[in-house]
Amino acid sequence: MSDEPILQVIEVTKTFGGILALNRVSFDVAEGEILGIIGPNGSGKTTVVNCITGFIRMSSGKVIFQGKDISGKPPHKIADRGLTRTFQIMRPYYSLAAYKNLVIPLFSPRAKRTGGWRGGGKLGDRDTVGIDILEEIGFERDSYVPYKLASTLPTGYLKRLELARCLALKPEVIICDEIFSGLSMSEIASMVPLIERLQMDGITLVMIEHRLRELFRVANRVMVLNFGEKIAEGSPDEVMASEKVKEAYFGSEDVEEVMNHA
Amino acid sequence: MEATMDILIYGLVNSTALALIALGFALVYGISRIPNFAHGALYVITGFFVWSLLRGAGLNYFVSIVLGMVITGIIGALMYQFILIRVRGMAISEIIASYAIGLAILEGLRWWGFKGMSNTLPVFWEGTIMIGDVPIDMQRILVVVIGVAVVAFLWVFTHFTRIGLALRGMAQDERAALMLGIDSDLMALVAMAFGAMLAGLAAVLLLPLGNIVVEKGYNVLIQAIAVCIVGGLGSWMGAVLASFLIGFAQILTTVYLGAHYQMVVALLAIILTLILRPSGLFGRQKELEERV
Amino acid sequence: MNMEQRRKERLDRGIKVRTDSIYALMSVRELAYLTLPRFVLIVGMLVLPLAMPGMYWQRVVSIVCIYAILALSFDFLAHFVGLVSLGGAFFIGVGGYITAILNTSFGMPPLLSVPIAAVAGGLICTVLLLPCLPLRGVYFAIVTLMYPLAMGRIIEALDILGGTDGIMGLESFPNRWVEQYLVIVMVLVFLFGLRRLVNQDIGLVFRAVKDNDQAVKASGMSITFYKAIAVFIASGMGCLGGACLVHIYMWSGISLFALDFSILPIAATVIGGAGTLVGPVLGCFILVPISELLRAFGTLRIVFYSLILVGFIVVRSEGIMVYGQRKYHQFQRWVKV
Repeated sequence: MSDEPILQVIEVTKTFGGILALNRVSFDVAEGEILGIIGPNGSGKTTVVNCITGFIRMSSGKVIFQGKDISGKPPHKIADRGLTRTFQIMRPYYSLAAYKNLVIPLFSPRAKRTGGWRGGGKLGDRDTVGIDILEEIGFERDSYVPYKLASTLPTGYLKRLELARCLALKPEVIICDEIFSGLSMSEIASMVPLIERLQMDGITLVMIEHRLRELFRVANRVMVLNFGEKIAEGSPDEVMASEKVKEAYFGSEDVEEVMNHA
Repeated sequence: MEATMDILIYGLVNSTALALIALGFALVYGISRIPNFAHGALYVITGFFVWSLLRGAGLNYFVSIVLGMVITGIIGALMYQFILIRVRGMAISEIIASYAIGLAILEGLRWWGFKGMSNTLPVFWEGTIMIGDVPIDMQRILVVVIGVAVVAFLWVFTHFTRIGLALRGMAQDERAALMLGIDSDLMALVAMAFGAMLAGLAAVLLLPLGNIVVEKGYNVLIQAIAVCIVGGLGSWMGAVLASFLIGFAQILTTVYLGAHYQMVVALLAIILTLILRPSGLFGRQKELEERV
Repeated sequence: MNMEQRRKERLDRGIKVRTDSIYALMSVRELAYLTLPRFVLIVGMLVLPLAMPGMYWQRVVSIVCIYAILALSFDFLAHFVGLVSLGGAFFIGVGGYITAILNTSFGMPPLLSVPIAAVAGGLICTVLLLPCLPLRGVYFAIVTLMYPLAMGRIIEALDILGGTDGIMGLESFPNRWVEQYLVIVMVLVFLFGLRRLVNQDIGLVFRAVKDNDQAVKASGMSITFYKAIAVFIASGMGCLGGACLVHIYMWSGISLFALDFSILPIAATVIGGAGTLVGPVLGCFILVPISELLRAFGTLRIVFYSLILVGFIVVRSEGIMVYGQRKYHQFQRWVKV
């Protein structure tokens, strides 16, 4: 564990036509920590993930991962280096069974190099490794669940499948885009230990979330975005106490301002 | 000096011709996102109708032209209402369906006996005038004049009339337009009819410069697609600009290399655009380069 | 309780277990139930030339097989990779011209020039289609549609490669039977080979590219690379077909880029059942003889395919083999309770 942050986002800006979606957003992610990114709807959270992981070209700014500049690289190259992400709108490979979904990331150059998650060395049968990964993230091994077509699985399983997809690549960093959304309380209750276990295995996590209570249970640090700008950063308590953050979520209570417009 | 005037004038003519051909396709795609691969077929069949009305039924030329365009517009509307509406939204099925219809029309015409026959439409305005030292026939001047008029009309129509604004609204964001009470199916129908009539207008203006041959249907399709891809699928201004680029490029290659290279230019334009800047000059689908 | 009751039971009740890919076989009869369709197909196709009354119909069988290869490549690309190729004629033309040049200018015998044409043609077509591979599927459809239309006109206009006359005087295969069985065996090899391929790991990657290419990118793989491999396979198949065709007719010309080769595979796939791989082959067996009979009507046959195509697309019918496969597994018999 070095002192260098594993991921550095420097002054990232993105305009869509006339809209300034991200305005010079900068933050660092230390190795092994869990960073939460929160903010009201439309604050640019998913856009910042897309820019970091190469799915959108930034208007300006730099992204440095493990000391190397990855700005502007195509998404598959970035994933190949170990910076993976989940998608907010999950689309598993519907026509394939659940465990077959994992064959694809296990087929990637990175999985072949690193041996995949707990694969170690030369990968054997990808089907077997796929089932192992699924078991680890909570699919019941001896049931029919891993063999079902992905189109028939409920949300909780699909979210785990997304995580499994990232895990198959033996990642250094996973950026989770709203992984708690759409889950019931009990499903979240079983996800949280999984996230903690991933951190214990040495993976750095960046979590974009709306569900603050669950996020604060796992996150070490939190960053707040509003209208594409970073307005706060720190521990969960510090951030929730900040005036700016309250204003962003709840609106201003400045009575004089309201009266002046009347 | 003479060569330059030649190139300028014939380049202008060729460019407006391309713009006329492509605008119908661009209009339909811009508004309803349907790539109308029957565009070339509609072009040729208008020529067929006008010819039949003129020579067969002996109607006045102007009347035949108007009737021919109207019939083609109706065919476009029918095509949409009965076939394309069922595959709306599935891009590949739209392409296959419209292409198949276009093929059915073109090959049907070919079988009927239009192949090899030199059917011609008379020019609307006889005579040649000289611009500088360059002789140019009146029909070509008419092409330019009407081309400019059409572009201007479209601009005014889509900026100042209710239907035009509705069409633009749909082109920009279909869901938002639906929420504002604009009937997207009706608008798409109008767009198809309009686009078909534009194809007919192009045919009526350009076919007198040659003869009515089924092959022209395919050429028109290729050229329309080339212009729209270079200009950016969905952008009318882009199509106009692209038709000038490609138009002049074609004239230049004709002058310096020979008349056979027109198709090569069109194809190269498509490939180069897809390599260098896939969304075209003014393409609204920037997402091709920055996919979310 | 003495009353004997009967109920209906599916034929495959004993055979199918929990998953779709595992079968439990306990008797020769069950084995036969599963393998019979395939057996009938293979034997039927191998016996076909012997059953044909005369050379004309034997040639028709060869043409059917070449179309079948094209239809297989179309179905593979469209249903398993998500790329709709509207211009099968392009592959036929490229393959045909390459083998023609190798044969006439370099004197290579057909049995050598055909495989080379397949591989070289596949490479050339893949390179030419490369620009549209990173983009949305619509562009692939547009570009594949244009290439054969443009190539025909370019060859005619520039008068290269024999111009409108084409390249004549090609050798044919050493033996009539080689000619016949080469294409038939090719169809069987490709059919079963592709079936196997789409369930292999790399086949799963292709299908994933079709389902969700963003996720494939996020898994660290370049979709352009995998699409290119798929296009190479499909175009190689098409070029092989074209090369064989050209040696059957001993002539190579612009008509190789004709619309028949582009439209008929699509119509055959739609009729026969998209995604089943055997459906397109069946579709060709239906459509090609009909088209031969319609030859007297000139280009009306293209009108015919187009209208069928539009009809099937609009009605969104599933195709013969999809229906057939479903029904085959639903046959029931009376069983004593």
